[in-house]
Amino acid sequence: MDNFDPAAFAEYLSRQERKDLLRFLTCGSVDDGKSTLIGRLLYDTKLLFEDQLATLQKDSAKHGTVGEDIDFALLVDGLEAEREQGITIDVAYRFFATEKRKFIVADTPGHEQYTRNMATGASNADLAVILIDARKGVLTQTRRHSYIASLLGIKNVVLAINKIDLVGYSKDVFDQILADYGEFAHELAFESIQPIPMSARFGDNVTQRGESLGWYDGPTLLEHIETVDVRSSEAERPLRFPVQWVNRPNLDFRGYSGTIASGTVSVGEELVVAASGRTSTVKSIVTFDGEKNHAVAGEAVTLTLADEVDISRGDLLCDASERPEVADQFSAHLIWMHDDALVPGRNYLFKVGTKTVSGSVTEIKYNVDVNSFQHLAAKQVELNEVSVVNLSFREPIAFDAYADNPATGGFIVIDRLSNLTVGAGMIDFALRRAANIHWQAVDLDKHRRGDAMGQRPAAIWFTGLSGAGKSTVANLVEKRLFALGKHTYLLDGDNVRHGLNRDLGFTEADRVENIRRVAETARLFVDAGVIVLCSFISPFRSERQLARDLLEPGEFVEVFVDTPLHVAEKRDPKGLYKKAREGRIKNFTGIDSPYEAPERAEVTLAGGMAAPEDLADQVVDYLREHGYI
Amino acid sequence: MSATSAIKAQELTHLQRLEAESIHVMREVAAEFRNPVMLYSIGKDSSVMLHLAKKAFYPSPPPFPLLHVDTTWKFREMIAFRDQAARDARMDLIVHTNQDGVKQGVTPFTHGSSVYTNIMKTDALKEALTKYGFDAAFGGARRDEEKSRAKERIFSFRTENHGWDPKNQRPELWNLYNARVRKGESIRAFPLSNWTELDIWQYILKEDIPIVPLYFAAKRPVVERDGMLIMVDDERLPLAPGESPEMRLIRFRTLGCYPLTAAMESPAASLPEIVHEMLIARTSERSGRLIDHDEAGSMEKKKREGYF
Repeated sequence: MDNFDPAAFAEYLSRQERKDLLRFLTCGSVDDGKSTLIGRLLYDTKLLFEDQLATLQKDSAKHGTVGEDIDFALLVDGLEAEREQGITIDVAYRFFATEKRKFIVADTPGHEQYTRNMATGASNADLAVILIDARKGVLTQTRRHSYIASLLGIKNVVLAINKIDLVGYSKDVFDQILADYGEFAHELAFESIQPIPMSARFGDNVTQRGESLGWYDGPTLLEHIETVDVRSSEAERPLRFPVQWVNRPNLDFRGYSGTIASGTVSVGEELVVAASGRTSTVKSIVTFDGEKNHAVAGEAVTLTLADEVDISRGDLLCDASERPEVADQFSAHLIWMHDDALVPGRNYLFKVGTKTVSGSVTEIKYNVDVNSFQHLAAKQVELNEVSVVNLSFREPIAFDAYADNPATGGFIVIDRLSNLTVGAGMIDFALRRAANIHWQAVDLDKHRRGDAMGQRPAAIWFTGLSGAGKSTVANLVEKRLFALGKHTYLLDGDNVRHGLNRDLGFTEADRVENIRRVAETARLFVDAGVIVLCSFISPFRSERQLARDLLEPGEFVEVFVDTPLHVAEKRDPKGLYKKAREGRIKNFTGIDSPYEAPERAEVTLAGGMAAPEDLADQVVDYLREHGYI
Repeated sequence: MSATSAIKAQELTHLQRLEAESIHVMREVAAEFRNPVMLYSIGKDSSVMLHLAKKAFYPSPPPFPLLHVDTTWKFREMIAFRDQAARDARMDLIVHTNQDGVKQGVTPFTHGSSVYTNIMKTDALKEALTKYGFDAAFGGARRDEEKSRAKERIFSFRTENHGWDPKNQRPELWNLYNARVRKGESIRAFPLSNWTELDIWQYILKEDIPIVPLYFAAKRPVVERDGMLIMVDDERLPLAPGESPEMRLIRFRTLGCYPLTAAMESPAASLPEIVHEMLIARTSERSGRLIDHDEAGSMEKKKREGYF
């Protein structure tokens, strides 16, 4: 070993500590030389170990595409299929460092079919190196990757005009490509574009100046990425703290663990839970290494608050004076990443920060032609297409526009059945501007619960003769509501008589008590935000009035299943009419006890005249028209 | 905005950023999975991962157990270290050995390193994950270790048979990890994905993290085979005729099963010396592991079959 000098070593370590980190990606079309460029960077910055070099030489002889030279692309194309086909399929992450900076580079595939992997690499990058083959100039993939990089918020671009050796190191070619690129790039939101003529294969302008490129006086690639200013403004943005995990080691400690997405937080600062509007102050900032007085964006900490506030995973803690919006409908850009096209109206899961909600795309406004950036009318969104859509979530979420804060405005789309990540998106704005009014802290009640479920809670009370078809229709209605994503429950004689009302018989007093208990139960369900379907003969107006009175106006929907006695008796599904006629059952409704038909039922169904499906549709239509669902 | 907004995010050092990113990954796993586990291989990366887990959930202990797949051929010092580390972290330790393999007498010598690794490590791991029904398993792998690792997601999906399909990985954007799996399927989570070997050593130094003493130089009994120094950790190592262990000043860059892990000659007996040595090293870390030497795609193949 070389002589170990503790002082020099300490100096070295502190120099390492001070280095900052740049994450960038390389992208561009197939064969533009992305992998070769990264291999060259690793080679020239002496990041290759001897044994890796030996493997590389062996692989170059076997799979290489550059004759006897070392094929640097083989260094990064790590998958067998990639080495065999000589293409990059998935993002490869590489690490290198110079005296000035540390780098993580994502080498992304050029083939159109792997565009989603390019987007994956771009999502965490501060800078994009877009390669162009000098012989081919600006291609569709150049535009596509530029567009996606811009969409994902990358501000700094290096335009690496590669293989310049193959066009005789021509300045004219370089200038022409630059002009072509500038023509469309001005529509993108880049802050800086640094064009560099280079030959990755021979190392011109990668880490060293190219001797044949005397006409170029700009920086080499390495010089540029070592010095380019990509400081993020995360810390200057308002505080956003998505709660990841509630930390409860014992009854005396309740902390909220998470990574500060933006801004800073200090002990004593007032915070607000964005969705509920509850506020509290920071009591402590807890870490394994001791408590802190403040913490900044990027740090993973645990906060404790001065008050008992209901907070769980998915909540967003924010600066009380600069709150995010809370909404359930959005306009967003979407990149589709699956072979099966996006289906508007289908229920997907959306993960925003630490919150996962179900929702759907309600409208495709247009797809974006990545070549011309034109808006195309579209009915669906296919793999790798970019679209602008309207989204509707099952519950409101706190968010910022992606452009303002990627951490609280970016989301992934997950298919509920396959569990695959099928898309990624960026929220642009909430659709209902009214939602900009922040939630005020109020106690949970049935309205808020119902809102969270996307419905107005109510008791749908089916009344009618035995055999009228109440339960059949109620069941169908429940299935339809469930299919619409509504929260329902069905109460009928079967599930009540065996439990809650097991002690009741069929005397008149017991029948009244039966209905009273059912009505009270229905009221609890309504309070829980649920649409509860009650299917009971309930022959007496007074009983039904009792149930109606327990609920607030509008919460009781009486559905009269008006099936004539002779039809019901003919059906006699349980043989009860027969027994009643034979006198074996007393006080049977319609036979020896009256049925008091409703006078003002919200819905009257002509039982026996139409198929149960049609009757169910009538009920669902009513609920829709009156804003219950 | 608060008065402290002048504090720039840029003031976080490289290591602080890596630390925070790893903690974020661990908390996501703890929050999203029913039954996670942390694979603990006793090496330096595992030591860093365990240290980060303590940080992530403090003041709670990490809300998952440790799992060690014991091939029965680990260095003795590793086993002692393992038991102490689990106690210190207040975590349950599950030790799993492929008993079938033991019954059949599978050793690195009788069956060759490839078959041995497959049965005693890969199969044993799959067996343990299935037995306990873990739906997520942390691993300490880093993307800078090897080419197929460089392609792996941080949340890496595994089928019911624990297989990896490298050509069909879930897109992974920002720090939004898809944790959805069906029963029997699982996620391997790699919180150290973006660390380099140098980062690991620097962090161990900075945080004063305990590591197995085998990483430090000492006089140890070794035999030299095919240019590799193999330590004679117990009497089970078959010696060739004429072969006799000699005491040399050695240490290990990486730790695995002792017959499969080559030592290096080194006088580096302290952490600063190790890190210093690292800086001038011209041999990549995994070259000390005999199992990677077959061909360039060997790690990918093992990973497809369920190896970590």
